[in-house]
Amino acid sequence: MYLPDFEYYAPSSLPEACGLLAQFGARAKVIAGGTDALPKMKQELMAPEALVSLKNLSQLTNIFYEQEKGIIIGSRATHNDLANSPVLQEKYLSICEAAHHMANNQVRNRGTVGGNIINAVPSADLPPILIALGAIVKLVGTGGERTVPLEEFFSGPGKTVIKQDEILTEIILPDQPFTGSTYMKFGLRRSGALAVVGVAAAVVMDGDICKDARIVLGAVAPVPIRAKKAEELLKGKSVTDGLLEEVGVCAAGESKPISDIRGSAEYRRDMVRVFTKRALKKAIQEGHC
Amino acid sequence: MQAITDNNGVKRYLITLNVNGDSYSRVVKANTTLANFLREELDLTGTKKGCELGDCGSCTVLLDDKPVDSCLVLAVEADGRHITTIEGLAQHEKLDKLQESFVNNAAVQCGYCTPGMIMSAKALLNRNPHPSEQEVREAIAGNLCRCTGYVNIVKAVLAAADEQ
Ligand SMILES: Cc1cc2nc3c(=O)[nH]c(=O)nc-3n(C[C@H](O)[C@H](O)[C@H](O)COP(=O)(O)OP(=O)(O)OC[C@H]3O[C@@H](n4cnc5c(N)ncnc54)[C@H](O)[C@@H]3O)c2cc1C
Ligand code: FES
Ligand code: FES
Repeated sequence: MYLPDFEYYAPSSLPEACGLLAQFGARAKVIAGGTDALPKMKQELMAPEALVSLKNLSQLTNIFYEQEKGIIIGSRATHNDLANSPVLQEKYLSICEAAHHMANNQVRNRGTVGGNIINAVPSADLPPILIALGAIVKLVGTGGERTVPLEEFFSGPGKTVIKQDEILTEIILPDQPFTGSTYMKFGLRRSGALAVVGVAAAVVMDGDICKDARIVLGAVAPVPIRAKKAEELLKGKSVTDGLLEEVGVCAAGESKPISDIRGSAEYRRDMVRVFTKRALKKAIQEGHC
Repeated sequence: MQAITDNNGVKRYLITLNVNGDSYSRVVKANTTLANFLREELDLTGTKKGCELGDCGSCTVLLDDKPVDSCLVLAVEADGRHITTIEGLAQHEKLDKLQESFVNNAAVQCGYCTPGMIMSAKALLNRNPHPSEQEVREAIAGNLCRCTGYVNIVKAVLAAADEQ
């Protein structure tokens, strides 16, 4: 399979990398793990004249906790880096599990969390759980840096608010009150299959009362979406199976799925009901994030 | 990394990779994949190409001890790194235990998936010498085999682990 010609740059500093992106404009693309960019280039879905590699920006692979800020995940951390990170395993096992269950081992060793976000594929597996946990992304460009809540970052399939000269450097998970969280994916096979439906849930439980909840749906709208009416239905109530069923039905009503080769819109909507219920149940029962 | 521009304005890059213990320096275009570098520059044709899109795993090699699809890695991205291919497993003409075990358990039919399959299994046994059947299946989930139905492959990996 032919990979078209392009120039290659591997800058050793962020300002240099942003400078190259500014200089080439729309003719340049960032390459992190390459698991999405290279298949697209081979299939002639994109043809950048230059690739700007992040491989020499090793500070972007760190995952650590910073007092008063929260957990910082470097954008170039791979899915297996996330799955095996002691810091994440302690605080947010749900993120480790989401990373561990996607793609296959070879892709998890190369594919990065930054690439998974910037791709903005509606079925991407990491954004739902990151949004549920209140993640904020840091973008660095030639004009300085800014932060954007991940929930507001996506603007359509394949589209985000990132600017041409910006690089996603960090995903920040501020300390938050959730007592439990989880991401549940429904794919057509266990390995290497994209989500037909993905549901992330995070809850604050006080006894059997649900004080707060977030429900994020993946693969059933142009961007990952919060099921806010379903969240409201749950808040402040004593949790029963009957209530979770009602919340599931409500979330299904909020989804806007399409029909494609992996499932019809009708089927997807019903799977939103089922997986919202299951994800909430798991987040409530497990008692950890 | 040094870039060299020829008379036609085409850029090439000087890279050095350690492959199976030997160091190789070559001047390549940026669009050379690691799979093509191994097969065409170094004549190491044990690494196979199937889908070239990351789906089949037949091009699996170890990059600094971790299995990756070499069709989805640019040779320039692997500059300065260590690569192990199927050719690097046998020592002094003696096959690796895993290779022996694939032969003894009839885990090879057409053989096209075998090099990639063995590299994924090798990475697993390096980090987890006594895996469960579930862990073996998980480790080779990115390697497709159209012939065997996987049963003998899983058996071969478990048998090689028992022997260690
Ligand atoms: C076989 C296979 C199975 C897969 N399975 C799954 C799956 O189950 N779930 C899933 O969600 N995805 C899956 N994917 C898709 C893909 O692997 C992931 O989305 C991966 O996280 C992409 O990351 P990357 O680093 O490889 O991205 P790259 O290919 O390097 O980049 C992707 C895009 O993001 C841009 N980019 C990357 N990093 C940055 C940054 N820091 N700043 C600015 N721009 C950036 C690039 O310019 C490019 O446009 C699969 C892919 C393959 C090949
Ligand atoms: S050839 Fe590389 S994964 Fe199929
Ligand atoms: S033996 Fe033929 S593909 Fe596996």
